Amino acid sequence: MTGEKKKKTIKTIKINIDKCHGCRACEVICSAFHASPKYSSNNPARSRIRILRDPLRDIYVPVYAGEYTVAECAGRDKYIIDGKEYDECAFCRASCPSREEFKEPDSGLPLKCDMCEDEEEPLCVKWCPADALVYEEREEEVEEEVEQGELEIGLEVLVDKYGMQKLTNAIGRMSGKD
Amino acid sequence: MRYAETGFNLEVDLTRGNIERVATDPRDTELYLGGLGTNAKILWDRVPPEVDAFSPENLLIFGAGLLCGTPATGCNRTIVSTISPLTRLMAFSMMGGFWAPELKYAGYDKVILRGKSPDLVYLWINNDKVEIRDASHLQGKGAIETAELIKHELEEPRAQVAAIGLAGENRVYFASIEQGRSSASRGGIGAVMGDKGVKAIVVRGTTDINIAQPLEYIELCNEVMEYIKFRNENPIKWVEPVLSVLGSPQEMAIHDEKWHTTNFVWGNARTRRKDFWTEDVATKWMETLDSMRTRLISCYNCPMQCGATISVPGLPTYMMKCFSKLTYTMAAFSDLEFGLRIAQRATEYGLDGFSTPQVMAFALELLENGILTDKDFPEMPEDNEGRFYYLLDKIVNREGVGDILANGTYWAAKEIGKSAEAYAHNNIKKQEQLPLKLSMMNPIYFLMYCTGEKISITQIEGQFPQGPFPKREQREEFVKDWFQVPDEKFKQYFLDWELRGENSIPYYPTVEMCCDIVDWQERMHYIDDALGMCAGLSSFPMKPPYHIHNFPKFISSGAGIEMDEEKLTKAAKRYRTLVRAINIRRGMRKKDEKPPEDHWKHRFPDLEKDLLDTYYKYKGWNDEGIPTKESLNELGLDYVYEDFVKRGISMDSEDASSNDASAEKEKE
Ligand code: SF4
Ligand code: SF4
Ligand code: SF4
Repeated sequence: MTGEKKKKTIKTIKINIDKCHGCRACEVICSAFHASPKYSSNNPARSRIRILRDPLRDIYVPVYAGEYTVAECAGRDKYIIDGKEYDECAFCRASCPSREEFKEPDSGLPLKCDMCEDEEEPLCVKWCPADALVYEEREEEVEEEVEQGELEIGLEVLVDKYGMQKLTNAIGRMSGKD
Repeated sequence: MRYAETGFNLEVDLTRGNIERVATDPRDTELYLGGLGTNAKILWDRVPPEVDAFSPENLLIFGAGLLCGTPATGCNRTIVSTISPLTRLMAFSMMGGFWAPELKYAGYDKVILRGKSPDLVYLWINNDKVEIRDASHLQGKGAIETAELIKHELEEPRAQVAAIGLAGENRVYFASIEQGRSSASRGGIGAVMGDKGVKAIVVRGTTDINIAQPLEYIELCNEVMEYIKFRNENPIKWVEPVLSVLGSPQEMAIHDEKWHTTNFVWGNARTRRKDFWTEDVATKWMETLDSMRTRLISCYNCPMQCGATISVPGLPTYMMKCFSKLTYTMAAFSDLEFGLRIAQRATEYGLDGFSTPQVMAFALELLENGILTDKDFPEMPEDNEGRFYYLLDKIVNREGVGDILANGTYWAAKEIGKSAEAYAHNNIKKQEQLPLKLSMMNPIYFLMYCTGEKISITQIEGQFPQGPFPKREQREEFVKDWFQVPDEKFKQYFLDWELRGENSIPYYPTVEMCCDIVDWQERMHYIDDALGMCAGLSSFPMKPPYHIHNFPKFISSGAGIEMDEEKLTKAAKRYRTLVRAINIRRGMRKKDEKPPEDHWKHRFPDLEKDLLDTYYKYKGWNDEGIPTKESLNELGLDYVYEDFVKRGISMDSEDASSNDASAEKEKE
């Protein structure tokens, strides 16, 4: 079905780093919401948003987890904004091999922001007391694509790590056990 | 499974370098909750009264509150408990910030330090990997500086660091523990940490905190958030701006300091400056704050932004909260710029922002009055501000007279002699207090000052308005949506409270009413300190989002401990009594329970006696303030009773008279 044009609601969150005061409420609620059952536990390390927080340098950057990437970037630029120096990684949304951000702390599998799927408003936005996060929706004509589910992303990581052969063998063994 | 708490403590023996992860008994949590409650139980069980603050047997306990790490807004307190070198009683100082939730995520409810490390070390807790690491390269470093260096060295920008500065290393009796934008300041707990040879405790955690009934719990959290919004939009009318809103006093946000600067006293808690706040001062102070305050910031999972990053030109950035904004300024008769500037150094040194300026002003008063002389202050600058910097360094380094001053006004005065004691006039139980000098004795505050085990007035008050509102209509409006009261009678107490006439201070609220009010206020603080809740969203302001009616639900659905108001009230009373028992065992008696000598101009000895006697009875204590056998039994504290008997501490009223006699003797 790819290639066809289709109206789609694009969900965006506007981030205002001047308003963020680094409370990490967004991390708390995101991780609680994605626990199963919902809200049964929380752990900011499992959150799909993270706050880069460095009060002494007045740096507060909320970033949402984006795509998983196999390899880290070769070079990283530095940005100076309002006299403050940021590493390119500060703004990067990728779940990447060179850092622990946006990975399940136990399995190492990547996390990705899903805009809190069934909720009216993303919960991190709802819980941000400073309005540093503002939710916006807009309609756009897009080419339809098959969305990659969490399971597929996870599998892709495992394939990268162990190779397709090992993985199919393992799955074969596991299904044989049933 | 354990809910809200992890069920494990970390036991660190610094003498032997041994670390153990120890499972805790869930029955203790039921009886004493977490944080302060179980801290007190451990201190009672393991630190007998013969143990001094600086003995290896003294414990230093960092307890995360029971609900820390859960989504409950503003629940982030670490309760640090030990024996205080300053008061020689139990100290329990709280810090907000980010440390307690991180400890929970690392998988522990408490860190219990015992023994002494021969060399300076820091503790690195990274989930189940825990190490004692060498800190010799951090010796003498500032508290904030230390945190930055350690995070860098561990390559862990997300680690949370609780550290001491030079003051703690040198066992200054009013040294603090600093952490992010917060500190545990009172009672000299930083000195105990320094004495144990621990420069910092560093935590990073990535495990889960579980909730017993998730949907009920998150619903409660959302209600609290909604109510905070409501209160932000509806500040309380007819009270000072600092009292009208939520959060710990919003000192970093407000510009108008008329109330503090004209009502609180300057110097060594003596001089009122009723005309201080002029338009010129207001403009200048506003410019100072606006130019140096980079951003208002919050503690973990809280919207209130009670702290700020402060960047004074030419100095490293630091974080400030609450009243330390004014304490140095007012002690030195200076301006806000000086206050913000010297607080940077004092924060790095790791010092209590209440005690330190008062100790310095006390030293200068002794000099002025010839009790100390110029010889005691070699090469001291002439100007006032220079003298404060000079004294700060001398105290922290324990050099010359600074060595004596580093023990606080009470102990310093004793050592200096020559009637220096008359100048250490703002203490309760040997600890410096907020410099307030008022005219009419206030019965509610009298009880809180005298009997508070926290020995710090700012951490006992709240809930009930500090004074009557002038008009009956105003009072009626106030009580309309006052659902936080534990009992309807409190509304009537307030409705009938007048500025003048029969129903005014000091004889109204009546003695009985005062007992009810003080007990309610204190109960809320003790609940906060066990749950790890910030007082700024609970016990400290009027009409807070957390109160006696929703706390039991938070505990039931969060921690999975069946709870109702009655049971919670009893638990709070249980560990409150235990804290008192620890202090009684250490010799605290009625004679110690008095406000600073000249705190109020108009005193009422008969009324004060009546207040104290009635309150003691109300609390289940005998005439000496010692919990009675009956009240101990009722709370399930029979082991306290047995210990008292063994030590010959009498709980019967007859013996109280002989104790009174000894108190009299001490007076002579
Ligand atoms: S939108 Fe939802 S999933 Fe994405 S970061 Fe926010 S809370 Fe998490
Ligand atoms: S909740 Fe808002 S203010 Fe708090 S850290 Fe997240 S983005 Fe910043
Ligand atoms: S109310 Fe203020 S002091 Fe309390 S947790 Fe929130 S930001 Fe911290």
